[in-house]
Amino acid sequence: MKQKKAKSLVPDASSQAAVLLEKPESLFMEMWDALRENTAAVVGLIIILFLMVLAILGPLVMPYDPNFSDMTMSFIHPNAQHWFGTDQLGRDILSRIIAGTRISLTVGLSAVAIALTIGVVLGSIAGYFGGKLDTIIMRIMDMMLSIPSILLAITFMAALGKGIDKAVIAIGLVSIPEYARIVRGSILSVKENDYVQAARVIGNKDSRIIFKHILPNVLSSIVVRATLGISSAVLDTSALGFLGLGVQPPAAEWGDMLGRARGFIFTAPYTLIFPGVAITITVLAFNLLGDGLRDALDPKSRKN
Amino acid sequence: MFKYIVKRILMLVPVLIGVSIIVFLIMRVFSPDPAPIVLGQHATIESSNQWREANGLNEPIYIQYFNFIKGAVTGDFGTSYYTKTAVTNEIFSRFPATIELAIAAIIFASLIGILLGIISAVKKNTIIDHAGMIIALIGVSMPIFWLGILLIILFAGVLHILPSGGRINPLLQPTGGIGFYLIDTLVSGDMEAFIDAFKHLILPALALGMYSMAIIARMTRSSMLETMNQDYIRTARAKGITDSKVVTHHALRNAMIPVTTVIGLQLGSLLGGAVLTETVFSWPGIGNYTVQAIMKSDFPVVQGVVLLIACIFVLINLVVDIIYAFIDPRIKFTKKEG
Repeated sequence: MKQKKAKSLVPDASSQAAVLLEKPESLFMEMWDALRENTAAVVGLIIILFLMVLAILGPLVMPYDPNFSDMTMSFIHPNAQHWFGTDQLGRDILSRIIAGTRISLTVGLSAVAIALTIGVVLGSIAGYFGGKLDTIIMRIMDMMLSIPSILLAITFMAALGKGIDKAVIAIGLVSIPEYARIVRGSILSVKENDYVQAARVIGNKDSRIIFKHILPNVLSSIVVRATLGISSAVLDTSALGFLGLGVQPPAAEWGDMLGRARGFIFTAPYTLIFPGVAITITVLAFNLLGDGLRDALDPKSRKN
Repeated sequence: MFKYIVKRILMLVPVLIGVSIIVFLIMRVFSPDPAPIVLGQHATIESSNQWREANGLNEPIYIQYFNFIKGAVTGDFGTSYYTKTAVTNEIFSRFPATIELAIAAIIFASLIGILLGIISAVKKNTIIDHAGMIIALIGVSMPIFWLGILLIILFAGVLHILPSGGRINPLLQPTGGIGFYLIDTLVSGDMEAFIDAFKHLILPALALGMYSMAIIARMTRSSMLETMNQDYIRTARAKGITDSKVVTHHALRNAMIPVTTVIGLQLGSLLGGAVLTETVFSWPGIGNYTVQAIMKSDFPVVQGVVLLIACIFVLINLVVDIIYAFIDPRIKFTKKEG
C-alpha cells in the first residue's frame, strides 16, 4: 500500500523533479482538492475552525468569568441567563466550557507537536540507518507500547505533578512510538527508490537526504496520523483531568469538570452532560478530518 | 511452528525488562519522595528517614532495582506501603474482576461490532449504512468515562433498572470459587446472586466495550467491502447463489481475518480502558487499584501492577499473531527455510 502511494507520487523522472521542486504547494493542493469532495471531512474542518476561533476569542465571548464562584448561585438549572446552568460552586458552565476549549486544543496540539518532532527524528534515524541503532530505538518504542498509553500517562503525571504543561509532556511522551513506527515504516518503503540512491551518489549529506528527499514523500501518512493523534490527545487530556491529575484548580478543563461534578450525578446530572458533549464534538471533528485526509491521500481507499 | 513461538516468547524477555526499568525510573527517580505522603505532613525528618530505610529506599537506585527484579522473578512484588499486604495477593484477589469485565466487554464489542459492520457493508451507501457508521464514529470519539456517566444517569438515575456501581450486592457475594462472579454464582446455583452480578456487569461492559465495538464495526465493514469486490464473489454470484448465502458462506470467513486481529488487539487496549471504567463504576478490579496506588505513591503496588499489565498486553499480542498465522493460510512460519 505504502509502496503504491510512493509510486503514485513519483511516477517517472520528470514529474518526480516537479514534485520535488514544488512539493509544499502540490501536497497541500492535492490534499485540499481531495478533501473538498468529502463532506464529512469538511464538516470536521469547519468545527475545528470554530473551536479555534472560540479558543482564541475566549474571554471576549464568555458570558461570565469562568472562575467566578458564588455559592448562592450553585446548581442553577440551564435557563436563559445560564444556558448550561451553574456548577457546585456557582460558576457558569458555558463560560467554563469555552475556557476549556483553549486548554484542550493547546494540550492536544502541543502534545502532538512534541510526539511528532521526537517521533519523526527517532523513526527517521531508525529507518534510514538501520542496524543496531534501529534495533535499539525500536525496542525502546516496543517497551513503551507494551504499557497501555493512558496508564503510562497517569504514571508520568503522578511523577510530574499537576499542570497543563505537565499534561502536554506526559501525553506527548507516550505518543512518540506511534510516530516513530509510521515514519520508520514509510522510510523503509522509499529509501531504496532510485531517486534516493541518486541523491546519495551525488554526495548529499544524510540529513539532507532524509529531510529533502525522503520525508516529503512520507508526509501524507504523518499528517493523517497527527490529525487523528490530536483527537486521542484530547481524549487523554480529559481522562487525566477526570482522574484529578490534569489542571490546577480553578482552571476549567473539560475532564476535570466531569471529575469534580461526579458526586452530583443524580442531583444535578446536567453538570455532567455539557463538558462531555464538548469533548466528544472536538474529538469527533479531528476524527472526521483525519479520516477524510486518509481517504484523500490514500489512492487505494479513494477507489472505494 | 513450535520454534517460532518459543523464539517470540524469548523476545518478550528484553521488552519486559525494559518496561520494568521504565516504570522503575518514573516511580523512583522522577516521583516525589513518598515518605511525607505515606506518613503524613507531620512526620519528622527522623521518622521519614527511618521509614525510607525500612523500605529500602535509601539504597542506591541500582540496588533497589536489583532487589525489585529478584523478588519479581519469584512472584514477590513486595508489600503495599499502606495496607502492608503482599502486592501479589492483592493483585490476584482483584484480577478476576478486571478479566470478567474485559471478557464481557469484548464479547459485546465483537458481537455488535461485527453485526453492525456486516449490515453496513451489505447495505452500502444506504441510510442504514450511514447510521451504523455514524454510531461507530461517535463510539470512537466519546470518552469512556463520560459514556459510563451517561449510562449511569440513564439506567440508574432515570430508569432505576440497573445499579450505578460495584460488582455485586455485598450480601450476595459468593465466597471461594475462582473469582468470576458469573461463574461462581452459577456453580453454587444461587440464581439471585447470578442475576445481581449480571446486572452489575452490564453498564461497565457497555462503557468499556463501546470504543472497541466501533473499531470492530469499521474494520468489518471495510474488510467486507474489500472481500465483496473479489473475483470469486462475483463468480459465486454469477452461479446464481443468493446474496445472503454469498455473504455468509463466501465473504464472511475471508473478511474475518483482519477483524480477528483487531479484536485481539482491542482486548489488549481494554486493559487501559479498564483503568477509567473501573473508576467510574467503583469496580473492584486492578485498574481502580492501580489509580489509587499511583495517587498515593505506593511504589511496590504500581510497579507490580504495571509490569503485570504489560506482561498480559504483550502476551495477548503474541497470541493474536499466532492465531492470525493459523487462520490465514497465506502466512507461513519460516520453519523450512533454514
